[in-house]
Amino acid sequence: MAGSGTAHLRTGNEALLRVEDLTVEFPIGRDRVVHAVSGISFDIVKGETLGLVGESGCGKSTTGKALIQLPRPTGGQVMLGGSDLTGLDNESLRSLRTQVQMIFQDPISSLNPRRAVGEVVAEPLHVWGPADKDAQWDKVSTMLDAVGIDPDSARYKYPHEFSGGQCQRISIARALVLEPELIICDEPVSALDVSVQAQILNLLEDLKAQYGLTLVFIAHDLAVVKNISDRVAVMYLGKMCEYSESDELYANPAHPYTQLLLESLPIPDPRVELHTGVTDDGELPSPINPPSGCRFRTRCDRADDVCAEIEPAMRRVNGDHFVACHHPLVAVDEVSVSVDGGS
Amino acid sequence: MAAVSDGQPALVVNDLKTHFTVPAGAVKAVDGVSLTLERGKTLGVVGESGSGKTVLSRSIMGLNVAGNAVTTGSVQYEGKELVGRSSKEMKALWGRDMAMVFQDPMTSLNPVVKIGRQLTEHVRAHLGVSKAKAQSIGTELLHSVKIPEAEERFDVYPHEMSGGMRQRVCIAMALACSPEVLFADEPTTALDVTVQHQILNLLAGQQRDRNMAMILVTHDLGVVAGRADEIAVMYAGKVVEQAPTATLFSEMRHPYTEALLNSIPQTTKPKHTRLSAITGRPPDLINPPKGCSFAPRCPYARAKCHEEEPQLQAAGSSGHQFACHTPVGSPAAKEAFETNLAEGLPQTLVVAGRLTASEDNSTGWAG
Repeated sequence: MAGSGTAHLRTGNEALLRVEDLTVEFPIGRDRVVHAVSGISFDIVKGETLGLVGESGCGKSTTGKALIQLPRPTGGQVMLGGSDLTGLDNESLRSLRTQVQMIFQDPISSLNPRRAVGEVVAEPLHVWGPADKDAQWDKVSTMLDAVGIDPDSARYKYPHEFSGGQCQRISIARALVLEPELIICDEPVSALDVSVQAQILNLLEDLKAQYGLTLVFIAHDLAVVKNISDRVAVMYLGKMCEYSESDELYANPAHPYTQLLLESLPIPDPRVELHTGVTDDGELPSPINPPSGCRFRTRCDRADDVCAEIEPAMRRVNGDHFVACHHPLVAVDEVSVSVDGGS
Repeated sequence: MAAVSDGQPALVVNDLKTHFTVPAGAVKAVDGVSLTLERGKTLGVVGESGSGKTVLSRSIMGLNVAGNAVTTGSVQYEGKELVGRSSKEMKALWGRDMAMVFQDPMTSLNPVVKIGRQLTEHVRAHLGVSKAKAQSIGTELLHSVKIPEAEERFDVYPHEMSGGMRQRVCIAMALACSPEVLFADEPTTALDVTVQHQILNLLAGQQRDRNMAMILVTHDLGVVAGRADEIAVMYAGKVVEQAPTATLFSEMRHPYTEALLNSIPQTTKPKHTRLSAITGRPPDLINPPKGCSFAPRCPYARAKCHEEEPQLQAAGSSGHQFACHTPVGSPAAKEAFETNLAEGLPQTLVVAGRLTASEDNSTGWAG
């Protein structure tokens, strides 16, 4: 157990996506291995949004990509609607790709600059959709309309003729055109201004309600994640630190790392005192030789000998709130989990 | 070091305009900006992409070297006029008098030159010191920006460092010749929240220690809220509201400032709180709309706003000015809002949702 464990997974089979002990490692020669993701578990029920949050290098994007098996994870299970994606051969996996789509961080570079918007959005339909061009265009124009882009004027325009926010709307339309069940959003608003960011977040909420989507939302900004997520998983150096219903997480952070992230958030109110006293000038340790025990201990002011030796397992704080820490900021149950547990 | 005498502002900008000539006409990126920057103070410049905030800082420093850029107006530094100087003349000022930290630490360092040489190159050029002396200055600088193992880091290439560490190197480079004025152009936009926090603390500490004046350019009001002494909000190449930080937040008058603030998601609100996005897009800077350039997106716009351009006017508190016909909280704004709401303008619906959510709190900012 290593800042992981499965105590926070829900029992029963209602989960649309259930990820257990997901591990992604990249060999880099001379027997060295980058431990990008080490034993992450989570589940998502239909219609829910899970936020994955953490600093650059914490493995959140790698987790998102491992869900769609790009690349295939080194270990663990990814159960989508009852089938384990990690065990499927390429052809069966390909046929499941229509159910999971992805939205990327940089809206401008994720659209082919030399293809007109109508073609970009229709591309998934060339592979999976109706063969009839008119039927394809009907679908494309419905989706462009749904994301707030005028289909007829956009059809023959190129991505450079649109702003960053509009390009992100177009890539959302492309992800939606196959009517997937699950969309993985990899930092979809990090490259955008606050005003455009608000437009895109509102759009995602609307589309989620309209099409019954389930979202995995990856971001480093906790305020954005809080706004859109039902549950939030905080990641650090390939491990999960804390997993909670989102209002609860922000009200009572239990992991010192979550608190560090919250204190770092810029607050748009000059009356709020800045946490300038925080002496965290730490850097993420190397994922090639991650620290023993708790991986956060090198930056944690609560760390002691126990943290260096034993990796903390997920424990219940209360209800839907779990933390992997030996010295959490709030009291937790000593036993790892009980069905009706709580504090 | 060039010393600015006490009591005299570090920088006085008057009616600065930068226009770029393109085949379709002139892009009015900066269109009549006036600012005063006091010594040792921080001025926050806030606006969306395309509001002209980056071009403004580049124009002051004389970095718009493209052949189609025309800068007019006046920038007074130590009583000397900077507008109209050639790059060669400006070069003497760069580094020692004014320096800039750029947005993207990934691309603003030369990938094939070691950190140490990049850091000491201009130290040697400007201060005329020996290689050994420059190296000791460089190592000291790396220590001062809290880079661990500074001696070893001297000999690495940029790609061997993380984004936050690279931005620290960029800051060290900008500070190397002890500038009087530091421009920080979105210094943390490409970075994580934790690293952003570290870098902003570092900049604030260095500024205090060196008594520098700083212009902090950002699109996020949250970044400048606790860190700037004064804030200028830019829209379509103009300053639309300017005030000391506390005044700006407590007595904001311009609808654009209000809209910018309300579009920020806040952790104090419950999940799935609908954000008050600003509808529409920033205007075309070649043919800006007649009248107020924010009017097409403004929930409080009335007929006058589409006809007559508002000029900066003083508000109640000292040092607070804004350019608006229907300022936030005024009876005119309320009246115009009700008319617009009845007509169903999309921007009013966003605000209406928020007003019903917080009746007693008209500006909606005190979460």
